[in-house]
Amino acid sequence: MYVGLNIDPRHIGDLCMTDPITVSIPTALRPQVGDQASVDALGSTVGEVLDTLREQYPEFGERLFKSGNELNRFINVYVNDEDIRFLENLNTSLSPGDEVSIVPAIAGG
Amino acid sequence: MSYVTCLKAKESGVEYPVEPRTICDQDFSPVEVTYDYEAMKGRVTRESIEAGPPSLWRYRDLLPIEGPPRAGFRSGWTPMVPAQRLAERLGVRELWIKDDSANYPTFSYKDRVVSVAMTKACEFGFDTVGCASTGNLAHAVAAHAAASGLRAFVMIPHDLEEGKMVGMTVFGPQVVRINGNYDDVNRLCSQIADKYNWAIVNVNLRPFYTEGAKTHGFEIAEQMGWRLPKHTIVPVAGGTILPKVWKAYREFIGLGLVEDTEPVIHAAQAGGCDPVVKAIQAGDELFHPQKPQTIAKSIAIGNPADGYYVIQVVNESGGSAASASDPQILDAIKLLAETEGIFTEPAGGTTLACAIQLIEAGRIDRDESVCICITGNGLKTLEAMQGQFQHAPVIGAKLAEFDGLIDQINAGATVMPRAAVGA
Repeated sequence: MYVGLNIDPRHIGDLCMTDPITVSIPTALRPQVGDQASVDALGSTVGEVLDTLREQYPEFGERLFKSGNELNRFINVYVNDEDIRFLENLNTSLSPGDEVSIVPAIAGG
Repeated sequence: MSYVTCLKAKESGVEYPVEPRTICDQDFSPVEVTYDYEAMKGRVTRESIEAGPPSLWRYRDLLPIEGPPRAGFRSGWTPMVPAQRLAERLGVRELWIKDDSANYPTFSYKDRVVSVAMTKACEFGFDTVGCASTGNLAHAVAAHAAASGLRAFVMIPHDLEEGKMVGMTVFGPQVVRINGNYDDVNRLCSQIADKYNWAIVNVNLRPFYTEGAKTHGFEIAEQMGWRLPKHTIVPVAGGTILPKVWKAYREFIGLGLVEDTEPVIHAAQAGGCDPVVKAIQAGDELFHPQKPQTIAKSIAIGNPADGYYVIQVVNESGGSAASASDPQILDAIKLLAETEGIFTEPAGGTTLACAIQLIEAGRIDRDESVCICITGNGLKTLEAMQGQFQHAPVIGAKLAEFDGLIDQINAGATVMPRAAVGA
């Protein structure tokens, strides 16, 4: 489960005790994660959780990120209903019980 | 039958059939309706359009419907006002107001987009329609659904103006108030559209819905006598209408219906919610979302997903951007009312206030033609004007008291309200 995780060694102890974070997946991305509406992943920041998912589901990762660590601009990521751009972006830290949502950016008006 | 060829992703270029869909599966970029313009040539003409009905459906050949219109038979074809008195106040030679505050039946530009979306909902066989709205869209969805016999769910922020609440509830939709701002409502609606098989007009019918906004631009060109204004100032909320006015101009140019006079599009936002304006002014390609804080609630969208395309169009056309403070917005509402007899909502005040700034800053040449897009009606947002006017004098029903009042007015003791320009 921890293979390939890109995590700071100082946080390993925390992670082992931490419950996985639940990430809700929009319909358009479900085929890339085995048709699941949500998936669990470990990580102490949003970036780490998404990296975990990238390792596990490479096709999902390709769609989620434009390149490197730049998120696709047509995708918004929320932690407990707050857009991560109002927090620390991918560096936003997560606590047990936090919910991460991936939502396509859809205009309205 | 129509001239529609497919839905095409704006970034990846992946093509999809005509179906309820918002975004590309590959890269999540929005999909857009594309047409066979070659087939239109010689068939979609000034004459063919002029022979159409006095509604937005006169542009049916440039809209994505397959059968006859099912809604909005009297929507669109709103007044294009040559605003001479306002032009004199602002010191510009030629000024037009495209006045969707008089749109039918719900007095905002949203009657256009909903007419197309509702027709499409019927074509796809949906029995329930819905929307995420700051108010005006809810009015249009609720009214057009009522007239079409469809069930309507409208999702709105919890703190809308009282007048806006009445204006949607009266049509009998299921209104759901969401604790949060518009961006929260919009996010929820994208999840609802994912789960329920409903036509959320600005989500899964979005590519069709947004095409309706082109008719605002088509009408500007036709009503100016088949020519384009040099400058068009458009308000930006979710970012729908500005790129679609541009698309309308490009389509008319491409079909040879108007001369390419290199039109310029300018963006207007309220100071308390101006992510797109900030990005344009900073020369950035992407905007940073904001938490809206403005009286212009109908355009209080801090995370406009089409904002990226607004930035693109403004830059491509050589336009600029401005934002207006709440006091500037209120002054502009009064100025438009006093000079042209048009009462717009704060979104319209924003657009005029921004136009004034751009004129004064020299971004709009006073000798070139200018069109200001007014997208909503002030009677829906009376709360915004509270405290703006002196109480009217009260007198007894006696001619002598009236004479006395007239003497006071003539002596300048009772000052009638006057709006400041660009205050």
